[in-house]
Amino acid sequence: MSTLVIKDLHVAIDGKEILKGVNLTINTNEIHAVMGPNGTGKSTLASAIMGHPKYEVTSGSVELDGEDVLAMEVDERAQAGLFLAMQYPSEITGVTNADFLRSAINSRRPEGEEISLMKFIRELDSKMEFLEMDLDMAQRYLNEGFSGGEKKRNEILQLMMLQPKFAILDEIDSGLDIDALKVVSKGINEMRGEGFGSLVITHYQRLLNYITPDYVHVMMQGRVVKSGGPELAHKLEAQGYDWIKEELGIEDETVGQEA
Amino acid sequence: MTVETKLALTEQDIRSFSEGNQEPSWMTDLRLKAFGELETLPMPTPDKTKITNWNFTEFPTHTVESNAFSSLDELPEEVKVLVHAEEQKNIYIQHNNTPAFVSLSEDLQAKGVIFTDIYTALREHSDLVQKYFMTDGVKVNEHKLTALHAALLNGGVFVYVPKNVVVEEPIQVIYLHDNDSASLFNHTLLVADDNSAVTYVENYLSTVEKTTGQANIISEVIVKDNAKVTFGTVDVLAEGFTTYVNRRGVTGRDAVLEWALGMMNDSNTISENVTHLVGDNSEGHVKMVVVGRGKQKQNFTTKVIHWGKHTEGQILKHGVMKDEASSIFNGIGKIEFGATKSNAEQTSRVLMLSEKARGDANPILLIDEDDVTAGHAASVGRVDPLQLYYLMSRGISQQEAERLVIHGFLAPVVNELPIEGVKKQLTEVIERKVR
Repeated sequence: MSTLVIKDLHVAIDGKEILKGVNLTINTNEIHAVMGPNGTGKSTLASAIMGHPKYEVTSGSVELDGEDVLAMEVDERAQAGLFLAMQYPSEITGVTNADFLRSAINSRRPEGEEISLMKFIRELDSKMEFLEMDLDMAQRYLNEGFSGGEKKRNEILQLMMLQPKFAILDEIDSGLDIDALKVVSKGINEMRGEGFGSLVITHYQRLLNYITPDYVHVMMQGRVVKSGGPELAHKLEAQGYDWIKEELGIEDETVGQEA
Repeated sequence: MTVETKLALTEQDIRSFSEGNQEPSWMTDLRLKAFGELETLPMPTPDKTKITNWNFTEFPTHTVESNAFSSLDELPEEVKVLVHAEEQKNIYIQHNNTPAFVSLSEDLQAKGVIFTDIYTALREHSDLVQKYFMTDGVKVNEHKLTALHAALLNGGVFVYVPKNVVVEEPIQVIYLHDNDSASLFNHTLLVADDNSAVTYVENYLSTVEKTTGQANIISEVIVKDNAKVTFGTVDVLAEGFTTYVNRRGVTGRDAVLEWALGMMNDSNTISENVTHLVGDNSEGHVKMVVVGRGKQKQNFTTKVIHWGKHTEGQILKHGVMKDEASSIFNGIGKIEFGATKSNAEQTSRVLMLSEKARGDANPILLIDEDDVTAGHAASVGRVDPLQLYYLMSRGISQQEAERLVIHGFLAPVVNELPIEGVKKQLTEVIERKVR
């Protein structure tokens, strides 16, 4: 079993503090949903864990099986077993999806033990079929000209090909129609199991109809303000966020507003 | 004819060199006239690059003797990888200044295609060469360097594709440079007659690290009515050359000329690539990639001039600058009065990999006709940190991520090169240069 521990994490962007002490522990074989209205710091949490260049961790720690994640370069974090399905994946001209994925897979392997082309193609084809993707997309330039839904599927394709220990899914459901949402969820459910844990960030409960979380956390004002089981998501679906704000005496849930 | 500097060359030297090669008298006269004009002609003035201190005229010797190759098996390894020996039937190899190997398929010979070194062409196809050599394309007296080229021409190739002949297999030319005293005054003359089609790739390859000579290169491409020419190059000339390279095309009616230019020199380089769209409804497309490194200074002026109606001109240039290299990218779309319904488009992008690298993209549109369309885009920037972050977030190292982004940036042009071996070579040269 692997464990990702986030302790009292404070993060700033351009000098402005966004996260104000986040605590979360995720084990493999667990799916955690992080919910909350817009502007409460959910995506900042995802980006800070992966090492986005614009986000500055001002204090706190992130450890993966006791290793200091924050001391690692971005690629080392990925090598250690972290994955972030991004909300806005970059487009990279001239680099095909397939070439990119092969480089990513081989980056995890020692020199001389690169994945064979045949094996790679077999795996890629089967996973693309699973995600109901057009096989031509392997030869298209990475994310270039992809629709919103294609980009999200492509993120899940990478997740399935790279088999990380922990995947953070940053609003993987935004902009997806119901069919695409089902396919994306199918991919994540396929990953579910012993060696895999996930942090699913969303502000719609809808996604959690397809991916049942083990734990649900609510973020407001740059902190986790409430945690619970799947029933918490159902309550949020039925009643919205206002009851939490009331319970905690919060007037404006966005970052920068103090309780 | 061995001389210490250009100043030591006399009119008599030129005359004996020309006569020694049994050139027709018109060529001897052309050389001598050019030589006589050298002193009075001005230097070219590439926009935004000051070349007054560049040495274009001093070199150790005019010609060097190198061995010929009796078969492709004898080629040095660096050249072998560029050639698909079994498949490549149409190939000319020049070893420094020596015509070293030529082959043309029997089929093309039977169809009247001419493919030979420039000396043989001058001897055996004098009238045909005279008709096109430095007449419609580059003029001898444009400036000092064109005149110097004409006076000192010491190599090159002639390609003639007769009317209605479509050459299916590409024609490949390799200019191998492996002698650090050699200077290259090479002239490529390619004529595609009416309704013909040909794909041609020329490859300048230095296998010495440093050199001392001059590279003063002119390629003229004459594309007659309804003909189509794809002209690819990969230039890898060594540091120490002062390179002046002038590649010029002229299109007839309904003709198409496509350039794919890989400019990978390590020398200081002035490159002039001009396409005259003379015939109505003709097209000129230029795709160029450049990688600069070290303290290299380069200037790439790409110009498409629209004379005919309904002409289409497109320029796409991508450059990568590292170390302290600097490059000027001048893109000029010129539409002359009367060239109605023409379209001039251009894009120049420069990616800088280090603090001290410099790149300057200057898009220029000069339009003397109202009923036309034109557009340009230019950008100069650094590798996008968010792209690197995205790639690295999948486990790819920063170095490999940069490599992918750079290759991707250059791919639109690299992929256009029509010969697989040359495309692979360009990819490898890029790899070596950006590392």
